[in-house]
Amino acid sequence: MSSHAEPLAFKANARRALADRDLDTALGRMTSGLVPNRARAVAALPEFEALRDRARELKDHVLVNLDHYLERFETNCLASGGQVHWCPTAEDARRIVLEVCRAAGARTVTKSKSMIAEELGLNGFLEANGIRPIETDLGEYIVQLADEPPSHIIAPAVHKTKEQISELFHRHHARYGLSQRQTEPRALVAEARQVLRQKFLDADVGITGANFLIAESGSSVMVTNEGNGDLTQTLPRVHVVIASIEKVVATLEDATTILRLLSRSATGQEFSAYTTITTGSKRPEDADGPDEFHVILLDNGRSALIGSEFQDILRCIRCGACMNHCPVYRSVGGHAYGAVYVGPMGAVLSPALIGIERGLHLPNASSFCGRCESVCPMRIPLPKLMRYWRERAFDSGAAPAAERWALRAWAWAACRPRLYAQGARLAARLLRLLGGSRGRIGRLWLAGAWTATRELPAPEGRTFQERWHAERERSDG
Amino acid sequence: MPEKALNVGLFITCLADLFRPTVGFAAARLLEEAGCRVHVPLQSCCGQPAYNAGDRRDAQRLARQAIRAFEDFDYVVAPSGSCAGMLSVQYPELLKEDPNWAARARRMARKCYELTAFLADVLKIEALSARYNGVATYHDSCSSLRELGIRSQPRALLSLVENLRLSDLDDEECCGFGGTFCVKYPEISTAMLDRKLDRILASQPDLLLAADLGCLLNLAGRLKRRGSDIEVRHIAEVLADMAAETPGIGEGEGP
Repeated sequence: MSSHAEPLAFKANARRALADRDLDTALGRMTSGLVPNRARAVAALPEFEALRDRARELKDHVLVNLDHYLERFETNCLASGGQVHWCPTAEDARRIVLEVCRAAGARTVTKSKSMIAEELGLNGFLEANGIRPIETDLGEYIVQLADEPPSHIIAPAVHKTKEQISELFHRHHARYGLSQRQTEPRALVAEARQVLRQKFLDADVGITGANFLIAESGSSVMVTNEGNGDLTQTLPRVHVVIASIEKVVATLEDATTILRLLSRSATGQEFSAYTTITTGSKRPEDADGPDEFHVILLDNGRSALIGSEFQDILRCIRCGACMNHCPVYRSVGGHAYGAVYVGPMGAVLSPALIGIERGLHLPNASSFCGRCESVCPMRIPLPKLMRYWRERAFDSGAAPAAERWALRAWAWAACRPRLYAQGARLAARLLRLLGGSRGRIGRLWLAGAWTATRELPAPEGRTFQERWHAERERSDG
Repeated sequence: MPEKALNVGLFITCLADLFRPTVGFAAARLLEEAGCRVHVPLQSCCGQPAYNAGDRRDAQRLARQAIRAFEDFDYVVAPSGSCAGMLSVQYPELLKEDPNWAARARRMARKCYELTAFLADVLKIEALSARYNGVATYHDSCSSLRELGIRSQPRALLSLVENLRLSDLDDEECCGFGGTFCVKYPEISTAMLDRKLDRILASQPDLLLAADLGCLLNLAGRLKRRGSDIEVRHIAEVLADMAAETPGIGEGEGP
């Protein structure tokens, strides 16, 4: 599988992914673990549905008052010794991160998991500027070694099997004198930990993401299961938080309400192993902490979604439940999407970041089965938002012309029920004839996409409306 | 049973109209046996293909056309969760900004039901004169299950069929049909379909039932291609005791 796929090549990417047996194994393991785990965690919390409603309200309130809460966040962050950088674009954010790193004389930076960093293409950018980024989240570390983007927003290496990771570590860790091949998960984790330990100590700058920004205190909140985020942010002299603007909530209380949903939805845990609240830089009485605390506030197109039909996607808390339950994601994995954000939430958010022309397939490759919406802790109506993108594509001409014309022609006929019924009668007879005594059609001109893998069951021969009116004229007046 | 006969408009759906009229007759039999008067006004499509392809204007045209044809009945019943969901959930959304139609769409939406939900929840059917000897598996369509919240109703109705044993799937997954999705992304659709069928086959049924012809054509088409002889039918055919009257979906009359 190409590691940096193009979203417009989704169909070809998907075909390659479907032929990848290892990927199927890895995705099958993910689904069979995370789906029942979430279901158990939700069943064990009677107020789960009420919490979803409350969380939606909290976030909706912040979104329509976003300027107010962001300014409060800034004021309180500055008061606690932090610095806040407003970045309208990804380019602005990259520039600020580089300036902070250069001012710190940084040669290496450690990073804990951040999707915003992926959105910025931060690793490649830092490398091009002579600074070495080191991923410290195990999954991110794995995909960094493999020179691949993450394929899932919370489980970046979910597409890899244990065997593939064993091989990858064996190849890359020899230079640290670790020449014995490890195959068991525990041993693989221990090996990664051993390699990363020194890097934590060597780093000049630590970059983390944020799950929430707290307006009332200017704090950032981060959840992890590995504790790597805490080492990333406390050991170096400079800590940079990169967060998008919609991460802000009013109070710590509000954040904890949403936290009760986050891990349950993501992995089925009641709470993640580490929840870290960070407020400002190191104070004189603190035992440790960074000398500088920077918060990058990234917009990158998000403020334009407020007030639009896509506003609801800004409630997303990046739990990944939508992709864990998505049958399309389960089939092709994250890389096929060719975008930073994948699965159902990505099918809505990514076109906003890269344009619907490039992201055309993302909201289209869905059967609208609705499982994503049914598990979304923030009650984001994902299929509805995907449909809005389809409408934008249809209206702007981004949708393929042949498809648009075929649809218009069909709709023209469907708006003329008598004509439509005549067409149905003709089709019923023709297909019945082709079906013959087997009652099904193995190959059909113009229906190759169906008949490549499926028989087409033949019609009974006459349409229902035709038969009903012939047989039941009396009863229907 | 209601005292005055209810006038029910049968929204037959494009697929049942074209592929499987038996479903319409089965639905009509069930409704009439429960004392309803069944009407079949001239109709075409609910507009879902246009709606889901982003062609909102054509979808609105078709919605208005269907409302005009059906709004005067006491109830509107469709033998499909997907089309019933379009009428009862999506029409009000689709026409919410149209001052002339928003209220009409909402008013009709309240009267629209998927067939099994109507039989169980409105007509409160507690007995059927139907029999089927064998083990059946029931597939919930995504629209029935998640858009309309229908789960217990088809199972309750199937429990009224003599000799039928339900081997239930503990599974909420999509069969991969998804309207035009199945031909726009056929490989992904087939991967979803095969995973679904593997679970269905593991439950070793004689009969596979669903309440949506889209799912059924998809499931039957792949089952037959894979060489399975499991019988595939719309649930209405079994509930109306009409399984003996016509071959299963994708099967011929003779050798």
